[in-house]
Amino acid sequence: MAKTVSFISRRFGKYDPWSLSEYEAHGGFQGLRRALTMDGYEIAKILSANGIQGRGGAAYDMGRKWTQAKDVKAPDKCVVCNADEGEPGTFKDREMLRRDPFQVLEGMIIAGWSVDAKNGYLYLREEYSHLQPLLRNAIRQCEEAGYLGENILGSGLNYRIHLYSGAGAYVCGEGSALAESIEGKSGRPRMKPPYIKQCGVFHLPTCVNNVESLSLVPNVLMDDEGFYKRQGTPECPGTKMISVSGNVERPGVFEIPFGTTIREIIELAGGVTAGHRVQLVQLGGASGCLASQAELDTPYTYKDMKNAGLTAIGSGAVLVVDERTSVIGFLRMTQEFFCHESCGQCTPCREGNRHIALLLDKLAAGTHTQKDIDTMLKFAHIMCNASLCGLGESAQSALLSAVEHFPEVFEVKKEVAIR
Amino acid sequence: MSKVHIKINNIPLEVEEGTLLIDAARMLHIDIPHMCYHPDQESKAHCRLCVVEVKGYRKLQTSCTMPVAEGMEVFTDTQKVYDAQVGVLELMLADHNQNCLICPRNGSCELQDLCRRFNLLQPDLPDISSHEVVEPDNPAIVRDPTKCVKCGRCVKACTEIQGITALSYTKRSADFKVTTAFDLPMAETDCVLCGQCSLVCPVGAIVERDATAAVWKAIHDESKHVVVQVAPAVRVALGDEFGFEPGALVTGKMTSALRMLGFNKVFDTNFAADLTIMEEGSELIERIKNGGRLPLITSCSPGWVNYVEKHHPELMDNLSSAKSPQGMFGAVAKTYYAQRVGIDPADIISVSVMPCTAKKYEASRPELGRDGRPDVDYVLTTRELAKLIRYEGLDMKNLPESDFDSPLGTATGAGAIFGTTGGVMEAALRTAYEVFTGETLPRIDFEEVRGFKGIKEATIDLNGTPLKVAVAHTLRNAEELLKRADEYAFIEIMACPGGCIGGGGQPIGTTNAVREKRMEALYRLDASLPLRKSHENPEIQTIYRDFFGRPLSHKAHELLHTQYHEQPTVSKL
Amino acid sequence: MKPFDPTPDELTAGDMAAIDRIIAEHDNDPTQLIGILLAVQAAQERKYISRPAAVYVAQKLNLKITQLYDVISFYTALHDKPRAKYPLEVCSSAPCRVNDSKQLLETLKEILGIELGEVTYDGRFTIERVPCFGACDVAPAVRVNGVVYGNLTTPERVLAMLRELD
Repeated sequence: MAKTVSFISRRFGKYDPWSLSEYEAHGGFQGLRRALTMDGYEIAKILSANGIQGRGGAAYDMGRKWTQAKDVKAPDKCVVCNADEGEPGTFKDREMLRRDPFQVLEGMIIAGWSVDAKNGYLYLREEYSHLQPLLRNAIRQCEEAGYLGENILGSGLNYRIHLYSGAGAYVCGEGSALAESIEGKSGRPRMKPPYIKQCGVFHLPTCVNNVESLSLVPNVLMDDEGFYKRQGTPECPGTKMISVSGNVERPGVFEIPFGTTIREIIELAGGVTAGHRVQLVQLGGASGCLASQAELDTPYTYKDMKNAGLTAIGSGAVLVVDERTSVIGFLRMTQEFFCHESCGQCTPCREGNRHIALLLDKLAAGTHTQKDIDTMLKFAHIMCNASLCGLGESAQSALLSAVEHFPEVFEVKKEVAIR
Repeated sequence: MSKVHIKINNIPLEVEEGTLLIDAARMLHIDIPHMCYHPDQESKAHCRLCVVEVKGYRKLQTSCTMPVAEGMEVFTDTQKVYDAQVGVLELMLADHNQNCLICPRNGSCELQDLCRRFNLLQPDLPDISSHEVVEPDNPAIVRDPTKCVKCGRCVKACTEIQGITALSYTKRSADFKVTTAFDLPMAETDCVLCGQCSLVCPVGAIVERDATAAVWKAIHDESKHVVVQVAPAVRVALGDEFGFEPGALVTGKMTSALRMLGFNKVFDTNFAADLTIMEEGSELIERIKNGGRLPLITSCSPGWVNYVEKHHPELMDNLSSAKSPQGMFGAVAKTYYAQRVGIDPADIISVSVMPCTAKKYEASRPELGRDGRPDVDYVLTTRELAKLIRYEGLDMKNLPESDFDSPLGTATGAGAIFGTTGGVMEAALRTAYEVFTGETLPRIDFEEVRGFKGIKEATIDLNGTPLKVAVAHTLRNAEELLKRADEYAFIEIMACPGGCIGGGGQPIGTTNAVREKRMEALYRLDASLPLRKSHENPEIQTIYRDFFGRPLSHKAHELLHTQYHEQPTVSKL
Repeated sequence: MKPFDPTPDELTAGDMAAIDRIIAEHDNDPTQLIGILLAVQAAQERKYISRPAAVYVAQKLNLKITQLYDVISFYTALHDKPRAKYPLEVCSSAPCRVNDSKQLLETLKEILGIELGEVTYDGRFTIERVPCFGACDVAPAVRVNGVVYGNLTTPERVLAMLRELD
């Protein structure tokens, strides 16, 4: 039986998230104090040494990201905490913000110190607006205690954190769309280059990190015993916050060591709903791949997942779907999501999603031909290859992985084939 | 700038660092297909048609955004590239109302060109385009969202050139569209009808309101005497429609064509431009001498006048009360000319050919008419004149040349340069100097107000009295200049880039490079003319002697001057 | 209960003062437009941004009206048409769908006697479908003015939620 661990989640339920002093009593801000004795490159080196990859979905080497951010020469830079957790089936950031908000802020302050930023922006999805009072309180208490503002803890660091709200747009999880949104505009991704690390929010070099990535930082800095690195597998050390939902008995957020299998994850969540069996598991949210029964013993590591033809890790969503939902029915739900969330500015994503939705309708009705399948895949690939941003690029992951893992549902019905 | 070495389709190329791939490819005579890319605009990377393979990149890259780098290897013709480009084209086409044969842009449509180029015979996708009928909502510009390919060029033109942003992106996914605030008719928005959007639209989504059929009908109405005036900037642009080099001066062929089309008289707006100078120049001198409101700001650009009435009503008294040349011509045609030839003004149909869409709106202003009839009955853009010439089946390239008719066909070089930014200023200075000082200009060319620079300034010595003047083209530059308007006595503003030569009614394909050629052509024309000062125009002297008496006379005020009215817009509560 | 009266698109002095306050709370900062619009909408009884309110905000922040319209039309959480005092946002994403949010939707329609997008006669309720709001652990869920009601698996629970809103 798989186990959960408590590394990032160690303080969950242990302290009152409205109280800075309780956070401090539980070891809060020790990571920042230590960080202020180091320079940004040393901090980035520690992140790399722990093998931390960004938790937002792109899985970029976090130490490398911070090194590059530090390298950018500019009089002003900023840090963004991406709390626009929009992948359906993902709610681990919500729990981190709700149960340990100070930890996120501490990570943001360390990020500011490391990359020489003056401002940090916490971009919170509108759907989590109920967390705004909690976060405003946390920011205010940090300001009063001197963790934010001028000359933080005597270090010379001047840094402020600003809370910005989204307004319901999945695409704003994309860094440049998020930057547009913070500037008060519609969240349509910008063309690249320039990349946001050079020109992001308010055209300043911007270092964007996920809530979980930032939460990790103070913990890793204080991890003298190497607890984090001992978790997981030698190739993929550490822990991961995952959100398990769908047809399981006890959905929720779990911190697991990397290497836990998908089957074990389902067991952690109480197993599939009584009386039913797993049809498919979607990993990493709507932009993630579909696993079939055959992939359930895949260990949850970046490499093993990839080798099994699944989304590396993505947002950490694990959506378990039982046999009451058909594969095509599920794909249509995912497709509906992207038809709603495409920002619309680039042709492949705006138009491609509509046409693929229409073709999936035909599949659902069983009236599709081989030509329809070919057309659908052709445009799915064009979306992957030619879209402007990651949304269009990954929108068809579910479809393309379903073709791999559930080839039977794409077979052309005989009577249609004869016609 | 240092040079870098790249390879496109294995062909080596040395090119300046920072060049975009799409431009680098052109140096090798390769045209990478594109839609949202426009040489005068910032890249958008929306359409995804210009994708290419760049070695080392997993995804295809847009050549309109990717700058060259040393050692870069680019492929524009691989199967992957071809599939993506044709796929994107298919996606666009499936959302495009394909009534192409009855589209105003039939034959000048970039989507049509691409379909021909890729020989798109059997698209895989069904037509899911909208066919909602669109009612034209103003006298100048017609939008048809069912044609829109969402390239965003119009949005960029409205924002980057004019700083207005009457059009913007809205909504998302399949509902994503380019429209006005609250989807309102353009006339109710911040739009000033300059038509720059129609000039950059690759398809038939934004076009001028067509008047060709009405003009055709009027010409063939035996009971009507149909006169036409042609604006200065038309003669250096019309040739583009018929395969002439950009900037070709086709005045003589154009007048022949107009005559063959059946116009009874072919007149020159340049004559009216000379008249405008007489009135506006006199107004300037009067305001200076009598402490009137300064700066005096020109009023011949109807997009600019709309802009003042919508966005700067406090400047309405600064605008010259002189009508635009089109307006003056219209008034003169139905009074002075009618009297002179003994035709009832009610039987005169006055047509103008303008490089402009806003002129259509100007002609519809009730204050620019008399006895319930407009002074100018129909306004054609340069593009529409080309359509009429094609309709008539005229071989424009080989037409004989002819002159304008008299009496409203004689003009000076000053009238000719009205078509370019700085031209009205220069024309006015030539006359104002001589009238104000009573002396002959020592130097007729005012170089400091010429050229494509956004804002130009000069101080003219009126024999001891310094006159500070400024010139701006595009409304974005105008807005910038207005911040320090108090410093000047006289300001010329043209709404469109380059002035009328770059107007919203000019041939499709009018880019800044083309505008500069037209500008050169107008200055060449000016330099070639025997008379270059408006007050030396013998027909102008005649009309003042026989009809108006003198500039700013009671009669001149009645016929040649106008008033301005604040216009509502959605952006004001 | 007062009968449904579609809110007139008029901006009273009170409305303007409320908007002024909201803008001041956001440091008169045009980059905070989205937060401002959310607050303007929340302050409105029918939870939408009227055209004059949008024009007023644009004027105050010196922004183009097109930017306001674009932003309002772009974001799911912003609305330019009158809604209801309690807009019932039913999650339409997969985690709720596989937990039978369809039944939940049908139950709501039946109890309230309205279809998707319609408003009850008293202007109190409307039913909307929205993408995932991150309450997948309590699927199927409804969100009402920022508050999540989860595990709505039976008509009794749905009724209890509606009563709580009353």
